[in-house]
Amino acid sequence: MRARNYFVGAAFALLAGGMAHSALAQEIKIGEINSYSLLPAFTEPYRKGWQLAVEEINAAGGINGKKLVVVSKDDGGKPADAQTAANELVSSEGVAMLTGTFLSNIGLAVSDFANQKKVFFLAAEPLTDAVTWSKGNKYTFRLRPSNYMQAAMLVEAASKLPAKRWATIAPNYEYGQSAVAVFKKLMSAKRPDIQWVDEQWPPQGKIDAGPVVQAVAAANPEAILNVTFGADLVKLVREGNTRGLFKGREVVSFLTGEPEYLDPLKDETPEGWIVTGYPWYSIKTPEHDAFLKAYQAKYNDYPRLGSIVGYQTIKSAAAILAKAGSTDPEKLIAAAEGLSMSSPLGEITFRKIDHQSTLGAYVGKTALKDGKGVMVDSSYKKGSDYLPSDAEVEKLRPKD
Amino acid sequence: MQLQPGPPMAFYVVQFLTGLASAASLFLVASGLSIIFGVTRIVNFAHGAFYMIGAYVAFTLTERLSGTFGFWGSIVAAAFAVALIGVIVEMVLLRRIYHAPELFQLLATFGLTLMVEDLVVLIWGPDDLVGRRAPGFKGAVDFFGQNIPSYDLFLIVLGPVVLGILWLLFQRTRWGVLVRAATQDRDMVAALGVNQKWLFTSVFAVGVFLAALGGALQIPRDAVHHAMDLRIIVEVFVVVVIGGLGSIIGAFVAAVLVSELNAFGILIFPKISIILVFLVMAVVLIVRPWGLFGRPEAPARKTPGLTVNPWRPLTSNERLAALAALVIAATLPLFAGNYALTVGSEIAIFVIFAVSLHFLMAVGGLASFGHAAYFGLGAYGVAFLAKMAGLPMIVCLLLGPLLGCMGAAVFGFFAVQLSGVYFAMLTLAFAQIVWSIAFQWVSVTGGDNGILGVWPEKWAASPSHFYWLALGVAALVTVALRVAVFSPFGYGLRATRDSALRSEAIGVNVKRMQWTAFVISGTTAGIGGALFAYLKGSVFPDNLGISLSVDALVMVLLGGVETVSGGVIGAIVYKALNIWLVSQTDLSKLVLGGFIVLIVVVFPKGIVGMLEMLAQRRKSTSPPGASLLAKPIESAE
Amino acid sequence: MSVAPSLLVVEGLTKSYGGIHAVRGVSFSLRAGEILALIGPNGAGKSTCFDMLNGQNRPDTGHVRLLGEDTTGKKPREIWRMGVGRTFQITATFATMTVRENVQVALISHGKQLFNIWGSAPNFARGEAGRLLELVGMGGYADRPCGELAYGDLKRLELAVALANQPKLLLMDEPTAGMAPRERVDLMRLTAQIAREKSIGVLFTEHDMDVVFEHADRILVLNRGTLIAEGSPAEVRGNPQVQAVYLGEGLVYDSRHREGASA
Repeated sequence: MRARNYFVGAAFALLAGGMAHSALAQEIKIGEINSYSLLPAFTEPYRKGWQLAVEEINAAGGINGKKLVVVSKDDGGKPADAQTAANELVSSEGVAMLTGTFLSNIGLAVSDFANQKKVFFLAAEPLTDAVTWSKGNKYTFRLRPSNYMQAAMLVEAASKLPAKRWATIAPNYEYGQSAVAVFKKLMSAKRPDIQWVDEQWPPQGKIDAGPVVQAVAAANPEAILNVTFGADLVKLVREGNTRGLFKGREVVSFLTGEPEYLDPLKDETPEGWIVTGYPWYSIKTPEHDAFLKAYQAKYNDYPRLGSIVGYQTIKSAAAILAKAGSTDPEKLIAAAEGLSMSSPLGEITFRKIDHQSTLGAYVGKTALKDGKGVMVDSSYKKGSDYLPSDAEVEKLRPKD
Repeated sequence: MQLQPGPPMAFYVVQFLTGLASAASLFLVASGLSIIFGVTRIVNFAHGAFYMIGAYVAFTLTERLSGTFGFWGSIVAAAFAVALIGVIVEMVLLRRIYHAPELFQLLATFGLTLMVEDLVVLIWGPDDLVGRRAPGFKGAVDFFGQNIPSYDLFLIVLGPVVLGILWLLFQRTRWGVLVRAATQDRDMVAALGVNQKWLFTSVFAVGVFLAALGGALQIPRDAVHHAMDLRIIVEVFVVVVIGGLGSIIGAFVAAVLVSELNAFGILIFPKISIILVFLVMAVVLIVRPWGLFGRPEAPARKTPGLTVNPWRPLTSNERLAALAALVIAATLPLFAGNYALTVGSEIAIFVIFAVSLHFLMAVGGLASFGHAAYFGLGAYGVAFLAKMAGLPMIVCLLLGPLLGCMGAAVFGFFAVQLSGVYFAMLTLAFAQIVWSIAFQWVSVTGGDNGILGVWPEKWAASPSHFYWLALGVAALVTVALRVAVFSPFGYGLRATRDSALRSEAIGVNVKRMQWTAFVISGTTAGIGGALFAYLKGSVFPDNLGISLSVDALVMVLLGGVETVSGGVIGAIVYKALNIWLVSQTDLSKLVLGGFIVLIVVVFPKGIVGMLEMLAQRRKSTSPPGASLLAKPIESAE
Repeated sequence: MSVAPSLLVVEGLTKSYGGIHAVRGVSFSLRAGEILALIGPNGAGKSTCFDMLNGQNRPDTGHVRLLGEDTTGKKPREIWRMGVGRTFQITATFATMTVRENVQVALISHGKQLFNIWGSAPNFARGEAGRLLELVGMGGYADRPCGELAYGDLKRLELAVALANQPKLLLMDEPTAGMAPRERVDLMRLTAQIAREKSIGVLFTEHDMDVVFEHADRILVLNRGTLIAEGSPAEVRGNPQVQAVYLGEGLVYDSRHREGASA
């Protein structure tokens, strides 16, 4: 163990370079955990996003004059390893708060850790509703719009479609299951005339797309809800295109408009799907322009949704720390509850009632442009408009 | 799910053809694995990695070379290029370790797989890559109103063609005759003066070629990404085992069986895919213990000259040394911080897990590939008792492992009817079935999101107290299992491992001994899992997953499977290194994989096995004449 | 000796594989203390016959009775528990264990301690194991790993293991195969001596006619699955049918060889 500490020390010394010792005392550390080795396609842009944020914050004088340092750890996609990392960040690195995580189960594991160890945790990405509702706790906040919010945004558009016969395709794990469940519930509430004619549950990451596409086609739905993403989505789209599954059918799809998932599809991008996503090329707001310019200048690359999430996670963390003026978790919670700030996608607020931020998402349609997939006719949906009433939320969330 | 008006007959035909297309890709990869295993007895974990590299290389080539010829040329060239990599791997790495204990090659190929997963991201970047469609096979063919992708038709034809070519190769060439002979009886072929080295190398090359070809052919229908290997490797193993190890026809039939069952299964049970292959394998192995087309494995002949040091209990000096090590470990809280203590607890828990599997493998000669099932069941046992019944921690810790015990009793009963790789694969199937229950039965297990809030009570909550608890239990378990090794039961169990034939001839009920060992081992793993639940405060399906089972195997092999307590050292080294690397670098898999490969080459008997050998060598050179009766040093834990 | 009751009674054993009769209607009996050899040319059905006695193989018809109890179709371990020790044609020992441990395992099994998980096996019946090893002349090898032993020593170890359950009957499949001539004589003398002392019945198959004619009290000759002769060595040697079967194959050569060796 001694050897270990020595190594960490050495590594840190290298990182810190020639910085003066007095500077160390003037630092605020934030711990960050994500699935860097398991999900590099998402986490690389995410990392670039938060690194940009750190640079901007420190260039503007840090947090109340203190330099912001983010200590980042890989969780390898395993909840148990994420907890080890969280422990290291809190116990050895002495971070003021934890941030990050992508997968829902890891988000929950770190959230439970935060609750137990009384540490402030800002969940960046995990989508499961449980993070802020059924398993919510006072130490945990979340940035991204939850499963429920994205479903509600999609339902708003989907309910206007004439289609009555619906089929669903979703990865067979908690995310897919709850996405389908919420979508069905909200959809059926708005459109009692809808019939659910088939559901397919391919294992996450292992879709055997041909038979799945055939099976859905056999049920002859008028519209399809898709929740698969990543490599599964690619296979599904390719098989679906070849077999004509999407011809004459409406498709509503979670997350597909995010560059992470849309870009790999290239010229196979199906047209006219209603999707949530991030059309960075068509957002024309001053906040976003500033972000886009800074990002492209630093990385010579366009941002993905992960870049926004990474960027805003650290920006939010800094805002919370600045307002609290302390690293005491209780003060951080008090500062975060109800805190509003600007983001590249517009103003967001961390709600006091369930610690969910009101960051929204873009809903639009997929289209092909110059052999690439893009989102068109997109509009920003504010997160605050797609959350249930306070009374309902109270019921969903355990008392602290 | 009622298909109301009933889809047209054409639909079922097309669904069948779709299943055949899926089977073709599965068969290509599986046949390669089967050939390699049949001849070299290597459980090639890296087979999925070669499949993945095949896809990546083919992607790069097809993006650069245009036209029909460019595309198909790229596919074949990629397969050849990867086969060449396979040849290098075989010559540089595997050749050195053919005489290492069984399964040690698994460790080497596992290390390679880890390295490749990071390397492809370094070389090709993190994004999912979508390659070109195959020229001439872009569209679909109309079949009574149903569309069949023409590429599927191509694959449907390709599968039997490859099968035919392989058949000709094996039946009509001298090389094929040798390969078949070697599959039947390796020693005989060696005795006949065949150059075994080159036979193995060529077989490995052919196997890798098939894997890479399978990967390259995915370009037009899949995305190329860095987790492709894991997506396919387990499934391919399952197909090979269902078909019967070493049987090409078996691999083909099994691939068709699995793919068709999946294609039609999802019409009735849409959630079946996740578990289907494992259910099929479990059923097949229980009914036909050597797979559909396999033959009973000839009992492995001991490599001449490879004698294990006789085991003996520690001498009193060694006991004192072990006690001293324990005491030193117990003083950690005096100078280490909370993080170090938590890591220490985690390592102690993995020591428990590793020694439990080590007992089964080293003493019982039974390599379980699904040992995480019992670890995880112990963890879930605790979570159920603590969260649902609200029992106090100490009761949970005592009763939780019973779930692991029960699981081991049920699954072990079936598993010990088999032996060797079939035993290993049946344990894997059971573990996957348990895993998918935990994963899918959301209302009870919380599914993927697990069960949270299983934190220790006050008396054990502080990191130092928990560390002492974990260390104490780990020490107890290690000592208890050592006692068991040198108990009459332990002797009997070793006897069943060395010779089942002789054991039965002296009145030993081999299956019952093995079953008992399985239950002991599973319960012990459950104890580790129970502590793990409290350490992490939560339980996830991960705790039952394949990667944890592989971790356990690696720890045991790293420590040395021919030792009494090598698992202890294996667990400490592997876990400490793993935690440290994950914390220090995003390329932890590359470094860890490299380390494992290095260990395999330098310490082919595992770390403790190597220490023993060194100690033995020193002993036999120093006191003259004492060599014959000298008892070699056992363990240095 | 003639008054001793039959230890082993075999009645009408028959076994066929795919229409080919490997063993057809073999019957014989064996008394305590008697040494009985089962011989025959290759493929005569010796091994099949043998395996049906020790439980490795189940007869199609016929019965095996041991001390009046029917053991037909019982498992090897059950037959062992009834007091039958055996040795294998190709030695089967516990290669990673020491010589003493090999014997101890058999003693543990005999003492029904196999599921004793807390006791100390190294000290289990150490004395008894030592005596058995002394008996077969392996006392000095007790701590050697079994995998290091010469073939002849393994055979002797097997004998010690086979004696661990104080058997009434010993079944030995080609006990001297692969041994040097000198070792063969020693091993069989030892076996005969032990058998007579402890009144153990011995049934063995053997290729080496020297061994057979020198040590067997009685000989059974098997050809093409049927018993063609039975009697004392002298009777069998004089049997024209046996001579016909063996003519040019071994008997003549063997007897000449024996004369030469003993001269």
